[in-house]
Amino acid sequence: MKILICISHVPDTNAKIPFKDGKPDLAGLTFVIAPYDDFALARAVELRDQTAGKLTVLCVGKAETEATIRKALAIGADDAIRVDAEPTDAFFVATQIADIAKKNQYDMILTGRESSDYNGGQVHGMVAAMLGIPCVVPCMKLDLNGNVATMYREIEGGKEVVQLPTPFVAGCQEPIAEWKIPNMRGIMTAKSKPLQVVQPVGVTVATQVASYEVPAPRGNCKMIDAGNVAHLVEMLKSEAKVI
Amino acid sequence: MNVLIYIESENGAPKKSALEAVAYGAEIAKGQVVALASSDTATADLGNYGADKVLQFAVSGKLEASQVAELVAQAAEAQNAEVVIFAKSILNDLAAPMVGIKLGASVASNVIEKPDFSKGFVVKRSVFSGKAFTEVALNNAKKVLTIKKNAVAMTEKGKTAAVESFSPAITASPVQIKETTQKTGDILLTDADIVVSGGRGLKGPEHWGMIEELAKTLHAATGCSKPVSDMDWRPHHEHVGQTGIKVSPNLYVAVGISGAIQHLAGVSSSKTIVVINKDADAPFFKAADYGIVGDAFDIIPKLTEALKKAM
Ligand SMILES: Cc1cc2nc3c(=O)[nH]c(=O)nc-3n(C[C@H](O)[C@H](O)[C@H](O)COP(=O)(O)OP(=O)(O)OC[C@H]3O[C@@H](n4cnc5c(N)ncnc54)[C@H](O)[C@@H]3O)c2cc1C
Repeated sequence: MKILICISHVPDTNAKIPFKDGKPDLAGLTFVIAPYDDFALARAVELRDQTAGKLTVLCVGKAETEATIRKALAIGADDAIRVDAEPTDAFFVATQIADIAKKNQYDMILTGRESSDYNGGQVHGMVAAMLGIPCVVPCMKLDLNGNVATMYREIEGGKEVVQLPTPFVAGCQEPIAEWKIPNMRGIMTAKSKPLQVVQPVGVTVATQVASYEVPAPRGNCKMIDAGNVAHLVEMLKSEAKVI
Repeated sequence: MNVLIYIESENGAPKKSALEAVAYGAEIAKGQVVALASSDTATADLGNYGADKVLQFAVSGKLEASQVAELVAQAAEAQNAEVVIFAKSILNDLAAPMVGIKLGASVASNVIEKPDFSKGFVVKRSVFSGKAFTEVALNNAKKVLTIKKNAVAMTEKGKTAAVESFSPAITASPVQIKETTQKTGDILLTDADIVVSGGRGLKGPEHWGMIEELAKTLHAATGCSKPVSDMDWRPHHEHVGQTGIKVSPNLYVAVGISGAIQHLAGVSSSKTIVVINKDADAPFFKAADYGIVGDAFDIIPKLTEALKKAM
């Protein structure tokens, strides 16, 4: 199997996002593989091993994303492609992924269900529509038997078991696999695995961020005595007006 | 500017989120408000919340997102709709970007307010998992939006929508559904006005009875923190947060949940948050509107009783 795993390079989810001059000021933050993408990567490594296939990791981003890409190589991807551009919006990123996928004909393209920075959740669907192949989201389990995949797909209030042949796109989430931590050997070999840098294809700008806003902090939490829960009920009724 | 709204329905009625999407469409349309619904969906509420017209399509079985996308794109073209609106849901979250590609439209997900037309077509959406908002300008002539719960106030317009039938050309999907397990009769987490969630503080799945009882009293959906679903105390579809479901109910009640930043990411846009935790220093209190420091096993049954009396 030829597998493509698309990862985004995002601030650690433990980080508070600092703002400066009305923009997120990400310079001092630690960056990681977005958590959903990390689940997808973990399963991709297992499927590559099972099928003795090849796993390519793709990231649309500038040079600072290379440490994150190397981490994916350390976890087990065989080679990497970096599209040298700011990932300005989902349409831009999807166009780059689809372009590379057309040239390389992958059997499956895995992504996370959504990124943890812009939370768009659009890239997998756009790539599938551009390539005219099916897409399953959120994929919680993915097994292969020849070229037929069996997946668990989350639905509101439950799940479905679905089957489809390759090629496809899947947007993944837990519990598809356990996050993998790179071992020493992985980290050493990652340094010499091929990382190809390619130029982006041109795209018309579909959406543009105009400004940012930080949510107003909640007012002080009103503490209610544990012995007087009826007071909470009153407050929810007459003050918050939510029941 | 015509607006097309895709309606998801349940047991023959539009989902509440779909009616919110109609209300949103009615607020922003400068032309016709067209609702696209399966032919077994009741139409009265669609008109009542602002649809001028309901386009009905015949259904046979569950549609894949790619098929919804075909259906919606064809309807948008037939109706000259410039804006297509979906209510956020698992299926719609996938169908929307596909429609965007088919129509050459700008797409925005997780939209939380009406667009600002003073600067073109600018929508506000939540980013960094609720840690910030951004305003995004949609440049293309056509736009596709998925809106979050509570993006607009629902006002009844009392209209009666004209009903028209619509026969789209839909391609068969290679995705075969082999099995479906779904709890029916429960209030869906994403649709619920009130959510009651439990965390590791509840110590085991056998203690969820009191959470369910509280939820039932409040007509609420039940949620949980990630470790709770990781340990299989509760099913994954109840897991709320950064890597789970993001909710924005009117009231979120967190019981025995510490309030880690990744959990808050899924709940911070709730209108009112109540936290019950035995540790006065639990970080969740800083993100809450009302708090009780105490033992959940003592407080939850009392709270349920008090609510039963008051409601
Ligand atoms: C990348 C990443 C993504 C993540 N995504 C998510 C996510 O989507 N959702 C999520 O929830 N977590 C997520 N987490 C995990 C998160 O960091 C926390 O570990 C988790 O939210 C803690 O769950 P908890 O509050 O139930 O458990 P704990 O942190 O163990 O807290 C239990 C709480 O219960 C209280 N308690 C104990 N006994 C009682 C009692 N008798 N009565 C009342 N209170 C009691 C304790 O004081 C404590 O505050 C993520 C972590 C990472 C690294």
